[in-house]
Amino acid sequence: MSNKTDVYMREVFIGQVDSPEEFIKKVKQERREGKIPEILNINYNKDLNEIIVEVSRGRSRRPVIIIENGKSKLTEDHVKKLISNEIKWSDLKKEGVIEYLDAAEEENCFIALSEDQITKEHSHLEISPILIMGLTTSIVPFSNYGQSARLNRGSKSQKQSLGLYASNYLIRIDTDANVLHYPANPIVKTCNSNIAGQENHPAGQNLVIALMSYEGYNMQDSLILNRGSLNRGMGRSTYFKPYSVEELRYSGGLSDRICVPDKEVKGYKAEEDYRLLEEDGIVYPEATITESDIIIGRTSPPRFLGEMDEFSISANRLRDSSVKIKPGENGKVDMVVVTDNEEGNRLVQLRIRHDRIPEIGDKFASRHGQKGVVGLMVPQQDMPFTVSGITPDLIFSPHSIPSRMTVSHLIEAVAGKAGALSAERVDASAFSNKSEESLREMLSEMGFREDGTERMVNGITGEEFEAKIFIGNMFYLRLKHMVGNKLHARGAGRIQLLTRQPIEGRAKGGGLRLGEMEKDCFVAHGASLLLKERFDSDRTVVPICSSCGLIAVHDVFRKKTFCHRCGGNVEVNNVEMSYAFKLLMDEIRSMGIIPNVKLKNKY
Amino acid sequence: MEDLYKEYVGKLPGKILNDMEKEAKVRDLKPAQVKKVLEYLIEQYNQAKIDPGEAIGIITAESFGEPGTQMTLNVFHFAGVAEVSVTQGLPRLIEILDARKTIKTPSMEICIKKEFAKEPTQVKKVAAQIKETLLKEVAEEFNINVSKMQLEVKLNKARIKEIKAKPEDIIENLENAIKKISIKKTDEGFTIKPEESSDHELMELYKLKEKLKETYIKGIKGITHVLPVKRGSEFIIITAGTNLADVLKVPEVDSSRTSTNDLHETAKVLGIEAARQTIINEAGKVIEDQGLDVDIRHILCIADTMCRSGVIKGITRSGITGEKKSVLAKASFETPLPHLVNASLLGENDELNSVIENVMLNQPVPLGTGLPDLVAKMGPKSIKKKQTEKKEESKK
Repeated sequence: MSNKTDVYMREVFIGQVDSPEEFIKKVKQERREGKIPEILNINYNKDLNEIIVEVSRGRSRRPVIIIENGKSKLTEDHVKKLISNEIKWSDLKKEGVIEYLDAAEEENCFIALSEDQITKEHSHLEISPILIMGLTTSIVPFSNYGQSARLNRGSKSQKQSLGLYASNYLIRIDTDANVLHYPANPIVKTCNSNIAGQENHPAGQNLVIALMSYEGYNMQDSLILNRGSLNRGMGRSTYFKPYSVEELRYSGGLSDRICVPDKEVKGYKAEEDYRLLEEDGIVYPEATITESDIIIGRTSPPRFLGEMDEFSISANRLRDSSVKIKPGENGKVDMVVVTDNEEGNRLVQLRIRHDRIPEIGDKFASRHGQKGVVGLMVPQQDMPFTVSGITPDLIFSPHSIPSRMTVSHLIEAVAGKAGALSAERVDASAFSNKSEESLREMLSEMGFREDGTERMVNGITGEEFEAKIFIGNMFYLRLKHMVGNKLHARGAGRIQLLTRQPIEGRAKGGGLRLGEMEKDCFVAHGASLLLKERFDSDRTVVPICSSCGLIAVHDVFRKKTFCHRCGGNVEVNNVEMSYAFKLLMDEIRSMGIIPNVKLKNKY
Repeated sequence: MEDLYKEYVGKLPGKILNDMEKEAKVRDLKPAQVKKVLEYLIEQYNQAKIDPGEAIGIITAESFGEPGTQMTLNVFHFAGVAEVSVTQGLPRLIEILDARKTIKTPSMEICIKKEFAKEPTQVKKVAAQIKETLLKEVAEEFNINVSKMQLEVKLNKARIKEIKAKPEDIIENLENAIKKISIKKTDEGFTIKPEESSDHELMELYKLKEKLKETYIKGIKGITHVLPVKRGSEFIIITAGTNLADVLKVPEVDSSRTSTNDLHETAKVLGIEAARQTIINEAGKVIEDQGLDVDIRHILCIADTMCRSGVIKGITRSGITGEKKSVLAKASFETPLPHLVNASLLGENDELNSVIENVMLNQPVPLGTGLPDLVAKMGPKSIKKKQTEKKEESKK
């Protein structure tokens, strides 16, 4: 074995060097000087005595400040110039102040966390400790006070929040777009907030929250909202939903036509149903539409050419294929666009707009993974108020705090309060935020209790609460999950063709399944007859031949019952069973097994 | 007084009656008072009984199933460094309920007779005796002597003393285990030479060496690890591997308290009642270890059902579920097709007497509110009479 070190590049052996340390030093030096491409990273594995050079794509790399001889290369001068926009990030890179490391090269580096920790051995300096988090996680305020799992959830919540997603939303047609009415810039921000675009695309509102229970309607993560705040526009949003209809072309030169259908058209509904359509067969903008209204009239040619046979009186009858609004949806027609699509077919696109005022069941969240659903909306006069006359916009349950350990949630409330009262934004960046002590100081200087609590009065009885209530300002997000899109119930409705059981899914008006485990619950309770009633959705009456036990035939027209096997002269009994079981018997029979039903008088 | 108690035999369980008799003597009760208490006992006893039509099977299943969802999946747990690893949680529960023939971590809890259990050194001696020892554990070196074409084994004298084995015994055991070898004792150990020579002598010798390493020398077969542990005031031995029959023969072992976690072995050695108790203990242990709470009566119900026939039967399609009378019930639990095919081959009859068949047919389940029926006894005559009456009515 030679004492030379192997060098590999792109996993291919390219040569050997005598002194690996010196070689690496030289490579790094040349990279910093710009002689070798900046994307190159180099790693020395002492145990295997090999050097691996990486230039491939797809490595994740991160920037760090270079330290030379125990001194950071980023000087005060650089910082000043950066602030005054004289130099840019790329200049720092060019100058060799900053370099990008990949995971392998990082192994050979010794990175200091902060400037005062630097020793002679250190090779790099961290730009900021906040970089251990991603962009969305780093905009969680006071995240160094929170539990890590909650930070993830907090950043997930922010991705679902409503806001101003694009400033040209009025001329766009997006699927499922939501716009918050009065989005606000958060009082408590992190240094990455503006990088994430929270200034120009805010996604929430600064609310006054109180941490207390009230009438029991905020237990288990539900929230109580102030009706007065809602009436003033808190949490309101608009929901946009597009519909598009195309004039399809069929073989034989036939095509769909967007128009108000004639009365002769097959499947014509009442004239009343087409009332919203203008002459061109499209609804007029700003038309108020409710459930199952027709928004675009359309006629289609017959589905099969056979339908145009000589027997039909009016040959070539058209079908009505008008587009209805989906059940459970309503609103106003916001925009109508008539264009052609790629295939040259006429295309009509509509956008429905619906104002979504927060209601019971809508979802709200803070930025700390504390999400909840509205449980009650209290008139402002019934809301508790502080002795200085402030009513909270939202009441949050104190039980949501201890087990989840989201201390950051509480600190944000204090910081928000201090920030709102002193009219300045509070820096809540991880590891470098405004300290708890200074927040307390700010509050007590302005004549408030330093722990954020206040004396409050019950709005219903007018009595003062015995406990001091924690109240502060927080940035709250309205999440896109709204009951309006999810509420569903049905009685009778469409069934499946094969099993005659109700179809599945809210969009189709399906049933709610009582599954196997739910069935077990009914059985365990001994609720036998209730269980039967629940499963009656596919009840059928099957005529059974009493002599052979097979399914007999009941001929309604001739008023006769007979068995295919035993003829007409047998006793046929009607038996009630689930259609699914009748289907099972049929399928077993199709396999060549005869399932006989032996009838017996039960009593 | 005696007659008074005799009157209640059959109305109350024996244990309650006996306890009552004892208490009455202690408290010196008069017959009238005793009668009053007994009447009250009957009332309470009947109230504690399960109502007719209560779905105890499903309640038991749910009582195991719901906590089962909270159990940690597939986690091997080591409490302490030297502790023997034991399957726990859901995998173990499944093992018990399925009555698996081979379990993942067979283990025994060996109790030592009181006179030996106090002294740790004595317990250690017993443990060393019980442990299955292989040649590789007592040998220091295995050498292949190419010139003489023989194996030279050097023994670890200290280890041999520890397990109370003589070199002569080891040689005897080896001779019994491996045929066609000649063993000669030397100062350090012994040399082994195959009796027959073949063309591939060296290969054969190497194979022999590997075989010798795994040869059983002393102890109880199957017990691969022993671990003396202090339990309360005495020492017990926890083992990996199980061999109940042989362990019980060891004179120091307290045979009345020693147990294994292998259901089938318990049933074979100690009988079905012991196996039932093992099911209860083992299932109870799993649930307790997970910090869950399942009423003992549910465990009893399962254990009784599994042991009812005198043989342990798991809750599988080849066990209890496969014994169900109804074809449809069997088909609704695992592999429906073979059940339907078999039923058609045998021309089976489904009486629709149980729960799941009736759910399938959408008939009231014979449980709870579905159990009681209006019964009007109608002979063939009365039915015919009714039918004729109906016909006449319709004619009118």
